[in-house]
Amino acid sequence: MMSASAPEIAAKPARGRRINLTIWGPLIALLLLVLLGIALNPNFLTYNNITNVLARSSFIGIIAIGATFVITSGGLDLSVGSMAAVIAGVMIIVMNALIPSMGIGWGVIIIGMLAGLALGGVAGVGNGVMVTRGRIEAFIVTLGTMGIFRSLVTFLADGGTLSLNFQVADVYRPVYYDGLFGVPWPIIVFVLVAVAGEIVMRRTAFGRYCAAIGSNEQVARYSSISVDNVRLLTYILQGVLVAVAVMLYVPRLGSASSTTGVLWELEAIAAVIIGGTTLKGGFGRVWGTVVGVIILGLIGNILNLQSFISPYLNGAFQGVIIILAVLLQRSRRT
Amino acid sequence: MASADGTETTPILAASRISKSFGEIPVLFSVDFDVKPGEVHAIIGENGAGKSTFIKILSGFEQPTSGTIMFDGNPIVLPPNGEAESLGIVLIHQELNLAEHLTVADSIFLGRELKRGPFLDVRQMYERSKAILDTLHVPVDPNVRINTLSVADKQMVEIAKAISRDARVLIMDEPTAVLSVGETKTLFEQINRLTARGVAIIFISHKLDEVMQLAQRVTVLRDGQLIATVGSSSLTPDSAAQMMVGRELSNLYPPKHEPDVDAPRVLSVRNLEAKGVSDVSFDLRKGEILGFAGLIGSGRTAVAEAIVGLVHRTGGEVEVNGKAVNFTKVSQSVAAGLAYMTKDRKGKGLLVNMGLQPNLTLLTLKRHLKGGFIDSSSEAKALERATRRFDIRARDASVRVGQLSGGNQQKLMLGKTMESEPEIIIIDEPTRGIDVGTKQQIYHIIAALAAEGKSIIVISSELPEVIGLSHRVLVMRNGRMAGLVEGAEITEAEIMRYAAGIKQGGNDERLSA
Repeated sequence: MMSASAPEIAAKPARGRRINLTIWGPLIALLLLVLLGIALNPNFLTYNNITNVLARSSFIGIIAIGATFVITSGGLDLSVGSMAAVIAGVMIIVMNALIPSMGIGWGVIIIGMLAGLALGGVAGVGNGVMVTRGRIEAFIVTLGTMGIFRSLVTFLADGGTLSLNFQVADVYRPVYYDGLFGVPWPIIVFVLVAVAGEIVMRRTAFGRYCAAIGSNEQVARYSSISVDNVRLLTYILQGVLVAVAVMLYVPRLGSASSTTGVLWELEAIAAVIIGGTTLKGGFGRVWGTVVGVIILGLIGNILNLQSFISPYLNGAFQGVIIILAVLLQRSRRT
Repeated sequence: MASADGTETTPILAASRISKSFGEIPVLFSVDFDVKPGEVHAIIGENGAGKSTFIKILSGFEQPTSGTIMFDGNPIVLPPNGEAESLGIVLIHQELNLAEHLTVADSIFLGRELKRGPFLDVRQMYERSKAILDTLHVPVDPNVRINTLSVADKQMVEIAKAISRDARVLIMDEPTAVLSVGETKTLFEQINRLTARGVAIIFISHKLDEVMQLAQRVTVLRDGQLIATVGSSSLTPDSAAQMMVGRELSNLYPPKHEPDVDAPRVLSVRNLEAKGVSDVSFDLRKGEILGFAGLIGSGRTAVAEAIVGLVHRTGGEVEVNGKAVNFTKVSQSVAAGLAYMTKDRKGKGLLVNMGLQPNLTLLTLKRHLKGGFIDSSSEAKALERATRRFDIRARDASVRVGQLSGGNQQKLMLGKTMESEPEIIIIDEPTRGIDVGTKQQIYHIIAALAAEGKSIIVISSELPEVIGLSHRVLVMRNGRMAGLVEGAEITEAEIMRYAAGIKQGGNDERLSA
C-alpha cells in the first residue's frame, strides 16, 4: 500500500516530459508525410490533389470506421472487400432491372441504395450471428464469407463486369464527383461518419461495451453486458458502413466485377491498426483510424508525385508503416 | 542480521542492503535477507509492502537499484528472465506459468528438452518425469495435458519442474492462495521433503498460521522496509500482524449484530439444481450474513452463479422478496437488487488494462447516461464517492487497475458491485490474496452493510473469516448441502466435520431459521 496518508486521487499525472508516441505517433507520421509531399512536389498541397486523395480514401475510411468497432470488441471482419463487391453488383442489377418500370431518375437510384444498405445489414447479421450464436472464430467465419461473397459477385457478373445503365450512371455520377461548397460528397460523408463514430466510441454505452468486451469478455459478461448482442451489432454496423461506402463508390466507375474491392479488408484493418486501435481488442479510437486511412492514401499519392522511387513500391511502404505502428503499440506496454 | 537459530551454515542466497525504485517511486529500502540450505524462510507483509518485487530481485527477474546479492557467499549479478534457474534459483509465480496445451512431461522439460540426435527423446522425458513425480508422490500421468489438471496438480508440476532443474533455492509466491486445506497439506509435505534434501525455500504467504507451521524464520516487510527477521517460534499471530500493519489489530472481525427474529426472508432457494450443484435449499433474511463454507470445488460458486443467472439452472425455485424469479442474465438479477461479486478479480471482475472510472461504472453504465451519452462528470462523482466510502487508494485517476495492489482492486470491485445498490449481495472470497489491514477494512464494510439492512452471502475458503462474519454457515460438500450451523455451533471443527463428510445434516427445520 502507498503511504497511509497518500491522497486518494491526485489530479495530476506524474508523467508528460516525454511525448506519448501512442497518442501522437499517427499524427506525427501524418505531419511528416505532408511535409515530405510539399518538399517533393509543389502540386501536392493544391486543392485538387488534396480533395482527390481524400475522396479516394473515403471508401476505405468509412469501412475502416466500422472495422474499428469490430476490432475494438475483439472481433475481425475479413469479408468487407468482397462484401463491397457483392453490394455494388446487386445495386447495379437492381437499378438496371427497375429502369423499365420506373424510368431513369433518382427513384431508381434511391431504391438501389436502399437495397445496398439492406444487403449490407443482412451480410453483417450473417457474420455476427455465426460468430456470436455459432461460437465460431471471427477469423474463420469472415474468411468463409469473404470467399462466398467474392464468388457470388463473379457469378452475378458471369465472370465479367456488371455495368450500370449509362443514363442512370449520368444521374448518379454527381454523388461521387460533385459536392457541397467544393467539397466532394464522399469526403463529406466520410467526415460525418467519422464524427459520429468518434462520439459513439467515446460517449455511448455501446462504445464502452465494445472496449470492455475486447478487453475481457468474461468481465463484461459478469458485469451484466449482453456480450453477444453488442458483438452482433458491431458486425451489422460494419455491413451497413460497407454499404454506405459502396453507395459512394458505384457512381465513380458505374460498374462492378470480381476485382472490385480486392484487398480492401486489409487496407481497412491496416488503417485501424496504424491509428492505434489494438488488434486483439480492448482499445479503439476512431480518429486514429481516420488518420491511418489518410496516411495510407498519402503514401500512394506522394509516390505518384515524385520520380525517384517507383510507385509500384506503394505496397512496400504501406507495409513498413503498418509494422512500425504495431511496434509503437507494443512499446506502450513495457 | 538477526539470525534466530544461531546456526553457522553459510546462506545459499543472501541479499545485502537491497533497494529498488521504479522510476522515481521507491519500493524497497535497504533490505537484508538470507536463506540457508534446508531452511524455510517466509516473507510476510501487507499488499504493496514490496514482497513480490523483493523475490523478483532474488530470482533475477528484476535488478536491484542498489545493494548486493550473494550466492554461495560470493557477490553475483543474477541473469534476467528466469535464467537464474541454471544456478538453481527457481521462482514459482503466483499465476502459475505453464503452457496449457503441453503435456506434463513437455512442461517439466520445457527449454531443456532431452534429445536423441535432432529428435526429442520423448520416452526418456516421460520416464524421468514419472520418476520425479513418483518421488513427490504426485499421482499425475506425465502424458496428460496441463489444462486437464487442477490448480493444485499444476503447482505440483511446477515443483517437479523445479526439482528437475536441481533447484537449490525454491521461491514460491503465495503457493497456498488457491489451494484447499487438503491440498495445502500435501504441498507442505513436499516442502518438507525438499528441505530434507537441503533445498532452501523462500515463500510468501498471507496466512499466518501456515507461516508459523512451516517456516523456521520469518521476515516482515512493511512499506518496502525490513521490519524484522525473527524465528517463527517467537512469533504469535498478533505480533506478526502488528509488525505487518504497524498498528494493533485488536478487532479483526467486527461485532456481530444478529438480525431481528422476525426479519423478512429476502432470498429463498429451494432444491436448486445446476451443473455441479444438486438439491440446495436455504433462506436468507434481511440484515443477515450467511456464510458458505466448504472445500474448493464443493459447488459454492456454482450455487451463486446459478442464482444470478451466470450458469443455467436446471431445477429448483428461487424467490426474491417472496416473488419467484428465474434469472437468465446477470442484468436481470442486478435489476432485482441481487448482485454477485466474483472471486476472480482479474479474470472476471475487473478490466485490468483500463482505468478506475470505467471499471467502477461498467455494471451500471446505463445510470450515467444523459440523453444517450455517457456523462463523465457523473461517473467521476461516482468514483469520488466510492474511493471515499471504500478507501480505494490509487496514485492518480489515470492508473490502470492492473497496477493497483490486490487490496485496492478488491475494494474497487466491491465499489463496482455496490454501485448497483443491491439489497442482496453474494460476495465470493471477499479477501483472497489481500493483506490483513485491508481484510479488516472489508470485514467492517460487510458488517456495516448488514447492519444497514443489506443481506449478504459470504463464500469463503478461509474458515476464520466465515466464522468471524457469519450469523449462520451453510457447508457444502460435493455440490450438495452438507449442513447448516448457527450460533455457538459455528466452530472450525464443526464446519470441517460437515465439509469433510464426517457428519451429515441440513435438517429441514433448521433451513428456515
